[in-house]
Amino acid sequence: MQDLKLLAQDNRGLYQLEAGEDLLGWHEVTQGSILPSFEGDATGIANMKQEERNYSHYNSYTATVASWRVLKPVYNRDICIDCQNCWVWCPDTSIISRDKQMLGIDYDHCKGCGVCVEVCPTNPKSLLMFGEHSSFEDALSQWPEKKKKEKK
Amino acid sequence: MAVKFDLNEREVWDGAYAASQALRQAQVDVLAAYPITPSTPIVENYGSYEANGYIDGEVIMVESEHAAMSACVGASGSGGRVATATSSQGFALMAEVLYQASGMRLPIVMTVVNRALASPLNVRGDHSDMYLGRDSGWIQLGAFNAEEAYDLTLCAFKIGEDHSVRLPVMVHQDGFTTSHTAQNVYPITDEKAYKFVGDFKPVDDMLDFSRPVTYGAQTEEDWHFEHKARQHKAIMDSRPVIDATFEEFEKLSGRKYKRVETYHMDDAEVAIVALGTTVETALVAARELREEEGIKAGVVAIRVFRPFPLDQVRLALKDVKAVSVLDRSAPGGAMGAFFNEVSAALYTTNARPLVTNYIYGLGGRDFSIAEAKRIFKEQKAHADIGHITTDIQKFSGLRGPEFGYFQTLRG
Repeated sequence: MQDLKLLAQDNRGLYQLEAGEDLLGWHEVTQGSILPSFEGDATGIANMKQEERNYSHYNSYTATVASWRVLKPVYNRDICIDCQNCWVWCPDTSIISRDKQMLGIDYDHCKGCGVCVEVCPTNPKSLLMFGEHSSFEDALSQWPEKKKKEKK
Repeated sequence: MAVKFDLNEREVWDGAYAASQALRQAQVDVLAAYPITPSTPIVENYGSYEANGYIDGEVIMVESEHAAMSACVGASGSGGRVATATSSQGFALMAEVLYQASGMRLPIVMTVVNRALASPLNVRGDHSDMYLGRDSGWIQLGAFNAEEAYDLTLCAFKIGEDHSVRLPVMVHQDGFTTSHTAQNVYPITDEKAYKFVGDFKPVDDMLDFSRPVTYGAQTEEDWHFEHKARQHKAIMDSRPVIDATFEEFEKLSGRKYKRVETYHMDDAEVAIVALGTTVETALVAARELREEEGIKAGVVAIRVFRPFPLDQVRLALKDVKAVSVLDRSAPGGAMGAFFNEVSAALYTTNARPLVTNYIYGLGGRDFSIAEAKRIFKEQKAHADIGHITTDIQKFSGLRGPEFGYFQTLRG
């Protein structure tokens, strides 16, 4: 099971987009709806890990934008071979990997598209889609067995 | 380093050449365009400056006007001084991206040579394309001749790039009557012109890697309204900047511009309100009528179509008795748009002069001094009787039976 504490350590997914009452007035919004991604000087930001970056509250990184997900990918550490295929293919940068070791899913940004499951090469898969509200324990307890190769 | 371009104190330029020279002097970083008649020579001339080493900037030839304006948006967002030129169908194809440019507060300068919109296809000058831009959030300046096309193009950079404005600016000139008619132009030296325009000072530029920014954010019902309101404030607040720019330009050139130009309005009893080259035709008519028949005729011309100078239009016309507002665009099932705006301004005055609307000059149909005189005299007749005796909307210079709509309920 992925370490949910570790993934919650940085400033990811802090805000709801539907904040409601205390939104800015017309005199306070940014000119041209242009949004700075970071607070302060961002020189060299490309060489920093996400959790080390000072994302601004305009950046979707600091917002949780996955409320409409129906199925979620669940990650099984015991089977994963850290091939990074899911990390490469995820269209929403929602696979968290450090030093080429897969850590888990960013559920504040994952939309549940299932691409990671599709591209996972292990047998059985190391990522499988489950209902959004199913628990990690239940999901992992239902993991399928290794499929035998069919004889030709 | 660009090769020096020799200029005489007096040049004989058409409006398109004049505009291209102003673009050269402003040292534009990127010009992206898809040439279209009658604005073609602006891009053609500018291309020749590039080919012959007279400019240091880039010229990008693209596959359509939609792409031209999109390239301008990209280049401007990256932090460069950007310009383009277009007309008519090209303008229409740009329409989507015009709103993107103003919404993102990108100070692109576009020289527009006004031309009719198809169908039927027509390459001549009317104001259909200019009207198409009237809600786009761009500042719209109107030149009535080649000299003004040059002057206003220089002013456009300074206005749009001002950090309190940061909006795109169109400089309009009439197709052929201005763009292809050679006239005396007194250019400013390259040094003085560039000093007037000033260095480009970027805001939120995408090439500033110390401060990455998102352009083109999505805003739904919880944010869109606030952003559009702030944008509206920016264009409304550009008025004093435009005035200050015109003042500074007068010091440099001796040529004075105002957001609303008035001619013989001090004692005028009747007036024509017009845009573009028609202003000069109406002015000659007014002068002749004053001499020949003693009719106190005056002309009010809109130099800055957007932001619309409602208060100044009202001030210019508050003492006249009858006004005709001339619209050079097919009204498509309404009164002329310009008539509506001028009427709205006049409705807030105590005098509420009589206002009629002429649709004229579509597709480059000539508007003569004689016709301007006839319209003045008709207004004089309305003034003398005290109410409008004709249809409120009429067509000027149209073949066939008399054609018009709506009668007054006053008088």
